[in-house]
Amino acid sequence: MSETEGMNAKQKLGYYTQKFYDDACAAHDKGEFVCWSSSIAPSEVFTTMGIHIVYPENHAAAVGAKHGALEILELAERKGYTMDNCSYSRINLAYMELLVEEKKTGKTPEALAKLDELKIPRIPLPDIIVLCNNICEVLLKWYENIAVSLNVPIVIIDVPFVHHPGKIPQRSIDYVEAQFKRSIKQVEDLCGRPFDYDKFIKVQEQTQRSIAAWDKAMGMASVVPSPLNGFDIFNFMALIVCARSEYAAEDTFTTLANELEEKAAAGIDAFKGGEKTRIAWEGIAVWPYLSHTYKALKALGMNMVGSTYPSAWSIHYEPGDLKAMSAGYIGCYYNTSLDNRVDVVSSVMENTKCTGILYHNNRSCKNMAVMNVEMEEMISKRTNTPFASFDGDQTDPRNFSEAQYDTRIEALSETMEQNIAAKQNA
Amino acid sequence: MYTLGIDVGSASSKVVILEDGEKVVASSVFQVGTGSSGPERALKEAFEKSGLGYEDMAKIVATGYGRYSFAKADKQISEISCHAKGIFHLIPTARTIIDIGGQDAKAIRLDSRGMVNQFFMNDKCAAGTGRFLEVMARVLEIDIKEMAEYDARATEVVNVSSTCTVFAESEVISHLSNNIPKENIIAGIHASVASKACGLAYRTGLEDDIVMGGGVAQNAGVVRAISRELRRPVIVAPHPQITGALGAALFAYDEAKKH
Repeated sequence: MSETEGMNAKQKLGYYTQKFYDDACAAHDKGEFVCWSSSIAPSEVFTTMGIHIVYPENHAAAVGAKHGALEILELAERKGYTMDNCSYSRINLAYMELLVEEKKTGKTPEALAKLDELKIPRIPLPDIIVLCNNICEVLLKWYENIAVSLNVPIVIIDVPFVHHPGKIPQRSIDYVEAQFKRSIKQVEDLCGRPFDYDKFIKVQEQTQRSIAAWDKAMGMASVVPSPLNGFDIFNFMALIVCARSEYAAEDTFTTLANELEEKAAAGIDAFKGGEKTRIAWEGIAVWPYLSHTYKALKALGMNMVGSTYPSAWSIHYEPGDLKAMSAGYIGCYYNTSLDNRVDVVSSVMENTKCTGILYHNNRSCKNMAVMNVEMEEMISKRTNTPFASFDGDQTDPRNFSEAQYDTRIEALSETMEQNIAAKQNA
Repeated sequence: MYTLGIDVGSASSKVVILEDGEKVVASSVFQVGTGSSGPERALKEAFEKSGLGYEDMAKIVATGYGRYSFAKADKQISEISCHAKGIFHLIPTARTIIDIGGQDAKAIRLDSRGMVNQFFMNDKCAAGTGRFLEVMARVLEIDIKEMAEYDARATEVVNVSSTCTVFAESEVISHLSNNIPKENIIAGIHASVASKACGLAYRTGLEDDIVMGGGVAQNAGVVRAISRELRRPVIVAPHPQITGALGAALFAYDEAKKH
């Protein structure tokens, strides 16, 4: 805890992100275990047993953001993985093959060396993997391929679909709780020692503190003008994904919340007075084009303050209550109906005072993108705001066009500014 | 007071010089777009026709795909807003705009003040755009400007894919080898473009008047096909290819009046 004293939130983010990758890479030398996990899975169980958790989705995002995706994607496609597969899955499966090749031959394959040169963090091969399909079903086959290729145990938390997080059937809660209990048995088998239930409570408590700090920091987006820029959400979310059950998340988000509160009190906003309009961004970032997508919005004074990411990881439950924890993971945004998503997005837009919304039609994620077409109209009617959409991809750089994005956001900006002017003149 | 609007598209460059925000004193169109000599040539022609020069222009607004490559513009405004502005100026009863350009298609919903309420654009796909017609004209070995005349003589609308330009091209070649008359194939091509455009237009709610702008609106066959598909009358804006440049010139006039 003292090692981050004096650091600002951004520095803590950098410090902890690096530390988690470094610690994971050093795990095997220390006789410790590594787990690969999907992004909204019960980290609590694995952290309790001291298992280092690495997140392939997050790692793939880093590959994309540091411009290493194209060659890796082509490697995956040469192996026979269709381009229609999620780009996170293609990147991870190809990366895994490179790690396996390096381990077998003792030599670093050229493609992997290139990623090292781009300063993309290394992840070690896993001893166990866990997937929770509350976010998508592609994970099932993706992780099955990893398990078979590496011959490692796989923990599957099969999450039934729910229409609304407030109305989860008891049988679904019981089903997921039973799978959490089974996962505990699986980590006991891996670690060769009994599960520490006292530590589990402490880990759950830490998770809740981390989430509370995340909620507080993200809540600052509702200030007008906002000291928090949505692209900060994309950057900082790494810790709520990868370190939710660790002090790192609590530490960083507490600092971030304090910084944002100070900025808000001093009237300093993310665009230093340049915020003209506020939008919600529905969907994940276009990681290979983070800079362009951000700068283009900033140039137009469009602050992205609305996002469903804050609430997606805001998994509240009473520590010690495994059924409540189960319900928390079941009620995840991506596991709910069109009507619920419309409710959530509309509330986000109302709370963060958005004057419009931008939809990322992410080719890699049918779960998100297919919903957009219906959501657009329903949310537009509910909130009486204009919207625009653009084609893109979370990590495949071939599926995005800067010119298309620019034209659409400009048109959205002009429409929003014209609406604001009309209101002022009315 | 003179203002200038320039629309640098993917396939063509358009210039309008406007007097006092009302009268078009000169306009020009060159069938080459951004990155080419098109913009400069369009400007030169417009200046020659009007007897004016850059120094006479109070403000210049650029729009279209190549709007940022035009250094002399005072401002850049999206083609959505410019087409809406231009068409509403010409036809104040316009409430739904269908604009099909060289490589994109859009449907715009306007309110009674001519403000853009919502817009819908094509996906990352050339089907249903001017590019689609260019590809088909090449396969049929006719001038794209002749397509409307052929269409008027069609006895049947042959089925042509609206999902993919490349698929459609193969279908057209196949129809030609089966000796299907060009007229009927062209009617099918127009129906294909109409299908894509109408898919966007339906999302606007289709309030009258429905007005078409953009280069493809010059093709009466496409306009007929859209009207047939929508079962509604469709008005073609006068000089539909320059409605974007007109809108830009009007925005330039608004800018000039502010200062």
